[in-house]
Amino acid sequence: MPIVIEKLTHTYQNGSVNAFTALKDISLTISDGEFVGLIGHTGSGKSTLIQMLNGLMQPTEGRVTVDGFDMNDKKQRAKGRALVGMVFQYPDHQLFDETVYKDISFGPKNMKLNEEEIDKRVREAMRLVGLDFDEFAEKSPFELSGGEKRRTALAGIIAMYPKYLVLDEPMAGLDPAGRRAVLEMIDDFRRQLGCAVIMVSHSMDDIARSAEKVVVLRKGEIFRCGTPQEIFSLSDELREMGLEPPFAARMAGELRRRGMDLPKDIYTNEALVKALAEIKGGAHV
Amino acid sequence: MFKDITLGQYFPVDSPVHRLDPRTKIILLIMYIVMVFIVKDLWVFALVIGFMLFMTAMSRVPLSYVIKAIKPMKWLLPIMFLLNLFMVRTGTELFSWKFITITTGGVRQALFIVLRLVALVSGASLLTLTTTPVSLTEGLERLLSPLKIVRFPVHELAMMMTIALRFIPTLLEEADKIMKAQLARGADLENGNIFKRAKAMLPILIPLFVNSFRRADELALAMESRCYHGGEGRTRLRVLKFSRGDLAALLIMAAMLTAVILLQRFLPFDHQIAAFVKGLLGVGK
Repeated sequence: MPIVIEKLTHTYQNGSVNAFTALKDISLTISDGEFVGLIGHTGSGKSTLIQMLNGLMQPTEGRVTVDGFDMNDKKQRAKGRALVGMVFQYPDHQLFDETVYKDISFGPKNMKLNEEEIDKRVREAMRLVGLDFDEFAEKSPFELSGGEKRRTALAGIIAMYPKYLVLDEPMAGLDPAGRRAVLEMIDDFRRQLGCAVIMVSHSMDDIARSAEKVVVLRKGEIFRCGTPQEIFSLSDELREMGLEPPFAARMAGELRRRGMDLPKDIYTNEALVKALAEIKGGAHV
Repeated sequence: MFKDITLGQYFPVDSPVHRLDPRTKIILLIMYIVMVFIVKDLWVFALVIGFMLFMTAMSRVPLSYVIKAIKPMKWLLPIMFLLNLFMVRTGTELFSWKFITITTGGVRQALFIVLRLVALVSGASLLTLTTTPVSLTEGLERLLSPLKIVRFPVHELAMMMTIALRFIPTLLEEADKIMKAQLARGADLENGNIFKRAKAMLPILIPLFVNSFRRADELALAMESRCYHGGEGRTRLRVLKFSRGDLAALLIMAAMLTAVILLQRFLPFDHQIAAFVKGLLGVGK
């Protein structure tokens, strides 16, 4: 069963002079196992939208149902929330316990799992995020490096085996190697746990790599929703919104402008290289 | 959920009261408080309240804002009134039934307690409504500066106040984020007895404290890198200036205070109040 978002509208400080509508009439379905990339300018409503997905905020109008659980209903919300794992941007907002092990087990404990199951899940989650159990399990989360903290925070959510994994800019503030590592990790979880991933990012390159569906938000409304091919062929519109299309799409666009005959649906480096190799090969033969 | 709390309720308009030197306003408030406490006569008190309303009108702050400041006392005021009404037994007896006795002294005392509290709180709130927190601490620092002779750290105290005020909204916002991060991990903050709930607050308080310490560290570094080394020899961007308006305001207040003292000394209306109350209750004729 999917996450169904129906006609979601949210206004902050509704009724006051400072009223601000962050989301307008959003309808969207996220299917099982799907990888959805959510992009938009700062203030486009991305954060508000993902907080609605597991009932951390309630919309002024419309509703979200997670596998049939109505997130507007207080009793059903807890059940729906257990299915949606949410990783916030800053690990500093969630790490609190004495050791990495205890911190990761916080979520599973809240799910009232038994000791054995918790232990199994913590080890599994640490393995998935690439934290060596013997080295890190007994360390304090506060003495970790930035990248290690993020892995720990991620493991804390993974250990809950969410059916939907929501990630708010999981790569913010990481170096290129760290970004790649996190992206690979996310692909790993998906393969091993079969969860759906909803990832918010500024970086189109990161989204182009693995998303199956891309949603572009603009001023609280869905500007476009479609496959990466459909979205990234709209380079000019994206750029007008202040978003940078993926490198490969920009490169291909520039080459097309200079008279090179390249297909319009190139948005990953691999596809660009392949297309260029074909042209070059053709020219020489 | 914390975002709706507004603190430092400065009301930004331009008015003669807003333009007064913060030092003047603090002194005015002190004189006003003295005045409220020495008034022993209902008619003179009407004069004080009238003066208060006049100041509010001058400040161009809507009266509803001042009244809002009294609202939190909506339980305290009736309790104080009733306690004084029944407990104070001076003057002539107005009413007696079983263990309840109401006396003229009680009515007087009860009325005065309520009026005093209202006058004090509305006066103090007028100060915070017309003065920004920054200029308020600045005024306080200058007023307390004579204490530097006895090595009292006046500047440090004022700087701490300014920083504390500055970071209240930041802390509230962060508490909100941490709370959401832990709720997403299945933290249960609402159920259970008081001990359970206190324990459930730990995952929120620990990151909040850790981040505050880190932030304090960073702030100290940022201040030092801009050559902050305490109050010694520090100049100001806006130098407080004692203007003609300040002098006028202080003179008016001094005149008020003198008038109140003289009126009380030479025109004792006390018996009239007793008669008024008796007439009101329709007894003791």
